[in-house]
Amino acid sequence: MNEFVRATLETVYMVLTSSIISVVIGLPLGVLLILVRSEGLRPKPNLYRAIDVTINVLRSIPFMILMIVVFPLSRLLVGRATGTTATIVPLAILAIPFVARIMEQSFLEVDYGVLEAGLASGATIGQLVRTVLIPEALPALVNGVTITIINIIGNSAMAGAIGGGGLGDLAIRYGLYRRNSLNLFVAVAITIAFVQIVQFLGRLIENRLRRDGTSPAL
Amino acid sequence: MCVIRVEHLRKSFLLDKTVIHAVDDVSFSVDEGEVFGLIGLSGAGKSTLVRCLNLLERPDSGEIWFDGLNLVEQDDSVLREKRCRMGIIFQHFNLFMRKTVWENVAYPLRIAGQRTKEITPRVEELLDYIGLSAHARSYPAELSGGQQQRVGIARALAMNPRLLLSDEATSALDPVNTELVLSMLRKVVDDLGIAVILITHQMEVAKALCDRIAVMENGKIVEENTVEELFLRPRHAVTRRMIRGFDEDIPLEHFADLTSAPVYRLGFRSQTVTRPLISDISRRFNVDANILAGNINALVGGDVGYLVVSFEGEEEAVRGALSSLHEDGVEILKLEPGNGQNNGVGLHAKEEVR
Repeated sequence: MNEFVRATLETVYMVLTSSIISVVIGLPLGVLLILVRSEGLRPKPNLYRAIDVTINVLRSIPFMILMIVVFPLSRLLVGRATGTTATIVPLAILAIPFVARIMEQSFLEVDYGVLEAGLASGATIGQLVRTVLIPEALPALVNGVTITIINIIGNSAMAGAIGGGGLGDLAIRYGLYRRNSLNLFVAVAITIAFVQIVQFLGRLIENRLRRDGTSPAL
Repeated sequence: MCVIRVEHLRKSFLLDKTVIHAVDDVSFSVDEGEVFGLIGLSGAGKSTLVRCLNLLERPDSGEIWFDGLNLVEQDDSVLREKRCRMGIIFQHFNLFMRKTVWENVAYPLRIAGQRTKEITPRVEELLDYIGLSAHARSYPAELSGGQQQRVGIARALAMNPRLLLSDEATSALDPVNTELVLSMLRKVVDDLGIAVILITHQMEVAKALCDRIAVMENGKIVEENTVEELFLRPRHAVTRRMIRGFDEDIPLEHFADLTSAPVYRLGFRSQTVTRPLISDISRRFNVDANILAGNINALVGGDVGYLVVSFEGEEEAVRGALSSLHEDGVEILKLEPGNGQNNGVGLHAKEEVR
């Protein structure tokens, strides 16, 4: 198989898997944050502070450092520390707090009065989250997921430098080390195209969701 | 029949390290088919009170009796069930912006676990009632403010509530849409016979709709009466100010500062409002009546008006003039000079109810 095709598929695999994991864990965390913040519907200031600090700490660790730090964890979870599947672990770990924070911000944009209207209609907190909070914030959530995926693409390219596989790996090994600028150029071009496609699809979905006449996407 | 009874309700919270008594020992009750107005200036505690009624805010103490239960003592599942029997409409409508009109109205029914088979006819009926069937598939942002509030009313009525809470429901609307929404609320009360608690800072809105009005200031109900009585005999300075309207910014008490002669507020009920009583006593008792302010208000039960008058003449003559007015059914209130904070003193204090 062509090296470029293989590397591209590896990148797609890494990015998609870690994106899915980070949203599956980050979205509920974002919901939890919005509920337990001191102005929230179930205020638990201490819990909020604990999650808040953890998120800030994780987000301030540079990706390369984090990747090395979680080598043991990767080994435990997927059996090895390098390679495409192993790289998913640090990619997801870095993206989860990012997703949680960006979801929290999106939920903050939902008017409190609208939540109140849901509660006054007899909704439980769980129903409120499913039927009001998430649907009302959906365009912003989609936008947040787009940004997350693009971030992960960037990080996955960096992961290539320390044996992560994918387009970043290809760019460094075939492009930089072998001084083949064409290979380097093609690998970078594919990455850029990848980002463009994700951004385009994200915007498309977001605009479709905003057909209700609320504020248009920027 | 009494729909809701509130006893000694209190709610306070901390704001910048000072305790705010947003609701301070408030008691009242509302009957079936009655529109009860809660009126007061911004910050009087009206919105906190209405949020306490459906327990969106938990009161510090007091009782709220509704459907035979003291809501304050109930757990969450009972509260949710009772909340649907207590519809609420909001100042900013608070519609679900990403749901269609149809879905908005259907929401409480869905939450209650009804099936589409039951929901569809009910939503169609409600949309027909508010006259927005043609907009069923529209989103709220595509509707005017008045239309949005009608959707809010339909959503609030979906579960056949016994009580409708209206929290400044017309404050964000222009006069035409205010009129439309008010007539819709009137229709709701007449058709369904439910009770309404109408929260507003606009006396115009309260007098167009309410049977009874309570005036709130600093978290307390300072005065409560039928609308006609309230306009005839407003005991509290805030009430007089609300009746007078805000386009005229001078409190009535200010007129007492202008002259050394005693100043009276004369309240005329519908039978006396058209009679030339002032020129009559002026002639008969030889007193000069200086009219300082006045107004006539059209209420649900008839027109009532008031005049602010200072009398000059012999003390004996003035007293005679006043008692003649009193015999004619005019409500007389002496206005004391001051900053408008004091309460007027009823001239015939023994007849005052409290």
